[in-house]
Amino acid sequence: MTETMSQGTTSRGRAAVIRTELKLEDEAFLTDDFLRQLINVGEVDILVGLPTHNNAKTIGSIVHTIRSGILQAFPRERVVIIDADGGSRDGTPELVTGISIDDVRPASNLYALRTLHSISTKYASSPASGVALRTILAAAELLRAKACIVMSPESANIESEWLSKLLRPIYRDGFDLVTPTYRRHKFEGLLMTNLLYPMIRALYGVRIREAYTPEFGFSSRLGSQFLGQNNWNDGTGGAGVELRFTLAAITGGYRICQSFLGEKDRVERHAADLVPALRQTVGTLFSALEPDFPVWSAVAGSQPVPTVGSEQEVLLEPMRINRKRLREMFSTGVAELESVFQSILSPSTLTELQRIARPGEEFHYSAELWVRTAYEFAASYQKSVISRDHIIQALAPLFRGRAFTFLMENRNGSANDVENSIESLCLEFERLKPYLLEMWK
Amino acid sequence: MREMIISELTQAAHELARGFAHFLPRLIVMLILAFVGWVIAYVAKALLRSILGLIKFDKLSENTGASQLLTKASLPSATEMLSRFVFWVAWLGFILLGVSVLGILGLQEQIARFFLFLPRLFVAMFLMFFGLLAASFFSRAALLAAVNANVPSPRVLSLAVRSIIIVFVLSIVFEELGLAEQTMLVAFGIAFGALMLGLAIAFGIGGRDLAQNFLEKKFVRGKKEENEDELSPL
Repeated sequence: MTETMSQGTTSRGRAAVIRTELKLEDEAFLTDDFLRQLINVGEVDILVGLPTHNNAKTIGSIVHTIRSGILQAFPRERVVIIDADGGSRDGTPELVTGISIDDVRPASNLYALRTLHSISTKYASSPASGVALRTILAAAELLRAKACIVMSPESANIESEWLSKLLRPIYRDGFDLVTPTYRRHKFEGLLMTNLLYPMIRALYGVRIREAYTPEFGFSSRLGSQFLGQNNWNDGTGGAGVELRFTLAAITGGYRICQSFLGEKDRVERHAADLVPALRQTVGTLFSALEPDFPVWSAVAGSQPVPTVGSEQEVLLEPMRINRKRLREMFSTGVAELESVFQSILSPSTLTELQRIARPGEEFHYSAELWVRTAYEFAASYQKSVISRDHIIQALAPLFRGRAFTFLMENRNGSANDVENSIESLCLEFERLKPYLLEMWK
Repeated sequence: MREMIISELTQAAHELARGFAHFLPRLIVMLILAFVGWVIAYVAKALLRSILGLIKFDKLSENTGASQLLTKASLPSATEMLSRFVFWVAWLGFILLGVSVLGILGLQEQIARFFLFLPRLFVAMFLMFFGLLAASFFSRAALLAAVNANVPSPRVLSLAVRSIIIVFVLSIVFEELGLAEQTMLVAFGIAFGALMLGLAIAFGIGGRDLAQNFLEKKFVRGKKEENEDELSPL
């Protein structure tokens, strides 16, 4: 399982020291086999985490790229790749641990001076992002990794430079969290640009573009802090744990920066993906608002975070999108879910939504109305006016309406126009923050 | 003759006085029980009202749809209704206890039956409340899932889910109360069968176009839409 690129020393004494530091809950949580593998590895400088589940198609090239990235940027560091697998049946773990360094060396002509290990553990028979991250964090703590990154096992266009871009600010510059920024199509990631980014920016006062991301780097102190404080047994399987991690870094006052990686891989999506995406992101954000109230209620305005490279790059190539269906699903949703919205929204907001949903009316879901909608949903979530999961589901048709307006407004817009549109939405979220505070009381 | 009448009257008066003297303490006991019962029932009512207020029972009742029914019938809130119900059941219980002390023949058995019925009444109410809660939750879940999946007529689907659960709950409640068990069983069978048949007819015949649209969308248009780019939310 463990591969050694050069003669690495696995000191028995050092392993014993690490072993004695195992916490009781970690012992119960991690399997004996995995603990044995960790003890064999000993201390490391850098840990790369891969939360996998049936990623045989992509994982080979990703591990290859990771190794290349390490050889290029960190040839002197002790590195381990940890594969936290959620019960793959396509041989993903074997692919992670089986790729030989000889596959990398001839192509790159680079040589590592220290040890590189690849180990894999199956944490469950079904995937759960929370358990995967917990496994990676526990391993990082046990191995005393100075800097860690989590990489997406799905990114087909990952580049070896990504490792350096995510790790260097932590390893060399003392940052605690590095979130990526990407080059995206102007209509990709609308939930990010129209809700998550503006709302997190307005409430927490930090301008993080990608607060929910499958790729991020973090320091050992942030990892340990989150491992200890996060509620891992909340029954959600850790959905949206990546966002909770970012929010924990913000509320904990850790040093955060962004790093531009390049073009984000376009994952094929379907309309049905929206509700799970809302649960993982908006659900997580809304549930974090309650414990984080003392922090965000005291914040006014927002501050940029240091960014390595470009903050945002936009692709403008034409894209076929079924706009008609977006509008139809919004109008149907507003009409059919009236009884649900009566419990969540204020009468004035609901009336306004019903007005724009009427056929024949010129459709424009204004930024102000969208912000009021989002804040009223957040307040209703806090008060649990109905089942919290139902509140999140009810947001889906309204988000489609907002997405439709964004598409129409920026149909022929340049990168600057799109950026201005997002900026003005952010400012609207900041301007109306007192409205949320008032409802929260 | 006159003496005989006087003697009978005196005897009757003595017996009446004796009977009254014998009955009076029991009457006083009954009145005391009724008064104590009133005090206890009042305290129970006030306590229950506070507890229900603390656990936001009215909100819960709103979620079940029970509050809307009460408002339509111009009745007080669910908390008030339940508090009053507990008050009357408790007080009535004490009054009946007092009545049983009077020793009136024939009433004893009825009173015993009333007390035996009380636990079943509470269980039935409990079942009814949580049944309504479940009906409301699952019908809303069906509505949201149908709207987000773009299924035609989501409200009909939601109503069907709600109706099926309520009919099912009602049949259990009546069975628990022991009221017209056979009739309820038959009525449940008929109602459930009629509902299913109605849905089948509505979808197959009445909603022919709807069914056609649905099937077309599912198997014909679906392919066309698949070729168009979907927006990635994240």
